[in-house]
Amino acid sequence: MQAPVRTHRLAHPHAITDKVWQWLDDIPDPEIPVISVIDLGIIRAVDWAGATCIVTVTPTYSGCPAMPQISEQIHDALAAHGLDVEVRTQLAPAWTTDWMTERGKARLAGYGIAPPAQKVIDISGITRRRAAPAPEVACPHCGSLHTRVASQFGSTACKALYRCDDCHEPFDYFKAH
Amino acid sequence: MQDSKFDYLLRLGDASLVLGQRLSEWCGKGPALEEDIALTNVALDLIGQARMWLSYAGEAEGKGRTEDQLAYLRDAHQFRNPLLVEQPNGSYADTLARQFLFDTWHYYLLCELQGSSDARIGAIALKSLKEVTYHARRSADLVVRLGDGTAESHRRMQQAIDDLWQYTGELFDAATVDPALVASGVACDPVSLREPWLRHVTEVLEEATLAVPADGWMQRGGHEGRHTEHLGFLLAEMQFLQRAYPGASW
Repeated sequence: MQAPVRTHRLAHPHAITDKVWQWLDDIPDPEIPVISVIDLGIIRAVDWAGATCIVTVTPTYSGCPAMPQISEQIHDALAAHGLDVEVRTQLAPAWTTDWMTERGKARLAGYGIAPPAQKVIDISGITRRRAAPAPEVACPHCGSLHTRVASQFGSTACKALYRCDDCHEPFDYFKAH
Repeated sequence: MQDSKFDYLLRLGDASLVLGQRLSEWCGKGPALEEDIALTNVALDLIGQARMWLSYAGEAEGKGRTEDQLAYLRDAHQFRNPLLVEQPNGSYADTLARQFLFDTWHYYLLCELQGSSDARIGAIALKSLKEVTYHARRSADLVVRLGDGTAESHRRMQQAIDDLWQYTGELFDAATVDPALVASGVACDPVSLREPWLRHVTEVLEEATLAVPADGWMQRGGHEGRHTEHLGFLLAEMQFLQRAYPGASW
């Protein structure tokens, strides 16, 4: 099926940009497969350089081992649709959980991971005296707000460990970033 | 200017790389599962940051060296990290004291560097700052918990802070950065970080019922490649594969 797609694209290179976004939406996050790379908010742009489709990705956490895998998945998925693909990494502006889709946040909750409960992390200070109150994080199992942080660092770079005081279940919280 | 920028980027990258490697030694041996996971997460962030700095260092040098070549094929005297980060893990108090002193400096350094006149340094700094804010908050929390904990945890935490204090002076040493880089807004003046660092460290140590050590003789030399004996052992482990099997890849 490669040839017809190519012909179509070369005739109208921008006509399939929408399709590329749809195809990207079929690529799951390797660590949290219920959300796509679109839900994660890491795709910054889809551009064309001649016949080559350039997908610009911004990393979530700098040491996240899933990032190289995500770039590979994007490359392979689009190549399977007959495209010449180049995946570029862009650091600035830095990724933030504000770029996650509402659909993605709902999917996280349904999967047992509490979505970010606040806007971007406050990097303006580290003093303990003026520390802002911790945001209320709803338990993804029972919905209770009687939850507390067990550790700010969880099973992956992007998550914290929480515990619910009502249903007593532990759960992951996707940290605001 | 280009050489001093390469050197500056090495310093940033090596600080994160060496501490990331040190923290990785705790993997599977943490005193509690949450602590084990937290330390290795911090290690992962630091190694990710080191990769960004060292990739850029290799480009700035212009000799085609990659992040991997810089990490695996330099000997101890070619590393530019501050002495603090190569100190052994010791007890958990030693590890946390080192982390707290480093994270606080790292946080204020990155705050300054996010406004660097070099756009790429600014981008790496801002990206890292989001992660380091979590690190700094956590290590301060734990210093308070152990300092204001049992008599034994208090004693050990005070000892650890006292032992490591001699390695904090070089973090603020003007001689470690080319003044031309500071003047052009590429680098941050290390002296300027001392005041906010000491303010935060003092505030946290007081809350932790710990004493701020008196400034005495300060060790220095990391920026010139004069390291403590500990770095060589750390590198021997980190670089073993590439030394024994040159060019090996996954």
